[in-house]
Amino acid sequence: MAIDILMPALSPTMETGTLASWNMGVGDAVRSGDVIAEIETDKATMEVEAVDDGVLAVILVAPGTENVAVGTPIARLAEDGEAVDAVAAAPVAAAAEPKTKAPADEAADPAAAPAAPAPAPTAAVQPSSSTSGAPRLFASPLARRIAGDNGVDIAALSGSGPHGRILRLDVEAAMTAAAPAARPASGGASAPVSPGASSLEPNSQMRKIIAQRLQESKANAPHFYLTVDCEIDTLLAARKVMNAQSPDDVKISVNDLVIRAAAMALVKVPKANASWEGDNTRLFHHADIAMAVAVDGGLVTPVIWAAEQKGLAEIAATSRDLATRARNGSLAPEEFAGGSFTISNLGMYGIREFAAVINPPQGAILAVGAGEERPVVREGQLAVATVMTVTLSADHRVVDGSVGAEWLQAFKGYIEAPVTMLL
Amino acid sequence: MASETNFDLIVVGGGPGGYVAAIRAAQLKMKVALVEREHLGGICLNWGCIPTKALLRAAELRHSIDEMKEFGITVSGEVSIDLPAVVKRSRNVAGRLSTGVAHLLKKNKVTIFDDMATLGKAVSGRREVKLGGGGTLSAKHVILATGARARALDGIEADGKTILTYREAMVPESMPKSLVIIGSGAIGSEFASFYLDMGVEVTLVEAMDRILPVEDAEISDFVQKAFTKRGMKIITGARLAGLDKASGGVTARFEGDLAPVTADRAILAVGITGNTEKLGLEGTAIKVDRGHIVTDQWGATGEPGVYAIGDVTGPPWLAHKASHEGIICVEKIAGEKHVHAIGEGAVPGCTYCRPQVASVGMTEAAAKDAGHDIRVGRFPMLANGKAIALGDDQGLIKTIFDKKTGELLGAHMVGPEVTELIQGYAVARTLEATEAELMQTIFPHPTLSEAMHESVLDAYGRAIHF
Repeated sequence: MAIDILMPALSPTMETGTLASWNMGVGDAVRSGDVIAEIETDKATMEVEAVDDGVLAVILVAPGTENVAVGTPIARLAEDGEAVDAVAAAPVAAAAEPKTKAPADEAADPAAAPAAPAPAPTAAVQPSSSTSGAPRLFASPLARRIAGDNGVDIAALSGSGPHGRILRLDVEAAMTAAAPAARPASGGASAPVSPGASSLEPNSQMRKIIAQRLQESKANAPHFYLTVDCEIDTLLAARKVMNAQSPDDVKISVNDLVIRAAAMALVKVPKANASWEGDNTRLFHHADIAMAVAVDGGLVTPVIWAAEQKGLAEIAATSRDLATRARNGSLAPEEFAGGSFTISNLGMYGIREFAAVINPPQGAILAVGAGEERPVVREGQLAVATVMTVTLSADHRVVDGSVGAEWLQAFKGYIEAPVTMLL
Repeated sequence: MASETNFDLIVVGGGPGGYVAAIRAAQLKMKVALVEREHLGGICLNWGCIPTKALLRAAELRHSIDEMKEFGITVSGEVSIDLPAVVKRSRNVAGRLSTGVAHLLKKNKVTIFDDMATLGKAVSGRREVKLGGGGTLSAKHVILATGARARALDGIEADGKTILTYREAMVPESMPKSLVIIGSGAIGSEFASFYLDMGVEVTLVEAMDRILPVEDAEISDFVQKAFTKRGMKIITGARLAGLDKASGGVTARFEGDLAPVTADRAILAVGITGNTEKLGLEGTAIKVDRGHIVTDQWGATGEPGVYAIGDVTGPPWLAHKASHEGIICVEKIAGEKHVHAIGEGAVPGCTYCRPQVASVGMTEAAAKDAGHDIRVGRFPMLANGKAIALGDDQGLIKTIFDKKTGELLGAHMVGPEVTELIQGYAVARTLEATEAELMQTIFPHPTLSEAMHESVLDAYGRAIHF
């Protein structure tokens, strides 16, 4: 039986992707685990591993093809002993059609096949259970049911049962992982301690993407850091007034004000709103501000597009909606891809200041610390003010020190005189 | 005998916990010694599970003669029981299996010491074990699997003639005319059933409000009715005040105003206490609580390198629990991956009285107490074709599911051969099957096991044959 290789989904929300390249050619022997192709999304390039053994009989989607729908057959394997020609000739994902009806020209010229990717998935393109891209998942029925009832992604777990089978215990452990309570020793005697004990957890797709992108950022973008203190008592007072009078339920957060101030600063210092592309520098026309949102197992950066054109109420509503949907995993891919500038706020954890890694290919990221009362000196006198420290990490290839400093000055200006950011 | 004294593991006790642990350790390439003071195979094989099954088989055959007429078979002449021959067969069965254990240990290159053992001191990461007959062994790890014995009651001496423990009860020289059995757990109920079938007047006494008190209440009730119908006298809620020997008999007195019971003999079956004495536990960090060694879920005691498994660690006092504890303890010592501690309710229990009783997991009451929203299925053997054909259609299969997850929380069975059937539910629980997989499984026809399927179906209102 020929085995169809289907376009894999690299994230739960991925619907289409670009088939970047083929690492193998027709006639090559493929072993399970071999990297056969690379798939690109706007976030990352990922390798496609073969799940089955066989011989690559036909490539159905040419390298460089964009918008290949998830589930579309992209190639076909002949199993050991099968005639490659016959497999190549078999109709694509149309089991009902007898093999003998295969068009003769397709059989003669497998290269003619790249027309295959359908613009929209049809019933015929649905992955069949036996040939879908994911390897068989061994989990007990009870584990599957409890995971399903509690929204636990069972594929992300590692099993403690025989041969790695996922058991109810593993699902329950994942559910309580957030609140790890010391398990009372059952008999009074303490459990034997095994020094240096550790275990291997498979990395999720998200972790791999985060690792790859941030490593790429630190390796390629020469980071430099600028830090400034912003007094925010006026901003807090203004926020209080705004929220007291806000017509509906939209309450403006400090973070919303930071987004707005950053957007206005990017308009004022457009050189900071740029990205290094080798021979060119891309200058963004809008302040497309990505905000880092921590989610289970990693983080995503949904984007508030053209934030400079949005009022505070709109920014507040948009950021809340994006954060909520980021956490429940219902963001569309285009909502968390791209952006020209990122804001990462760890103030709610009481972090005073930190330096963030630039979200590539962007030129800069702003790390926002907690607003806290600190002693300040005014005209030789000690006073108390609410101070928020922010640190700009910038890619020196596109943003020079003076540009970064100018930007921070503009930002600080908006934050400390919030009325100006409303203009 | 072997002159070798240094081992990776020393197992003290050759019962179903100890010898199984020794063999598993040998499989995992450990150099193993096993010290046994009396019989390989322990109580289970020599004075428990196995010889009682041989006795009960004799009783069952005796009973079946009474049923022959129903099957159209006439037995003419007098039916008599040659008691010494019955007991002798039981002893032969035990003897044969004990020899088998010795063979298995030798095959696995386990060095056997026929001796008493006392825990010695720890010397540079190794533990000494002193032998009663002189000599000292040492090993990195020591497993105590010394088992348990019948618990004595204050002020009552089991003389082995009028007042018996299980040990004497299984080698009777003569049949008493009447017998009072104190305690209706598995041991008490099996002896009650055996002696009743052998023609003895049996009174079964239980302190709790029902016999087989660890079983599901419906199952206890079922067995109590079956026993009563066969002519057994059952007294529940009876706390023993005294057992007085008088003129060739014994009188059991109770607290409150319950009338005393007089019989030729009495059997004490009021539980078990661990063999923790003379093991050298004094002055170590090993804790003994109410007659049992305290361990964690892997058998580790408070003393590094010393473990305990089986009956000496507490209830349920079951051979298969001891064996499994032995295996996981050894695998943990060997650093095996994916070793799982015994889960809550994972140890099935079997009682070989007539009718047989078998169960695994939670009773209905326990499931409710644990806060589960449950579904309960019941199926009577009366509606099972194979049971009717066998002429043994008295029984009930009860299954308890968690309403939300479909987890099989418990299964409780009474009736023909249920002790052979229970492992079907035990496997389902280990595999974490839900009601769906049990329903989808095809049970062969005609078998008693069909009643297990029907019970599951009944829990979801889908029983076909009832």
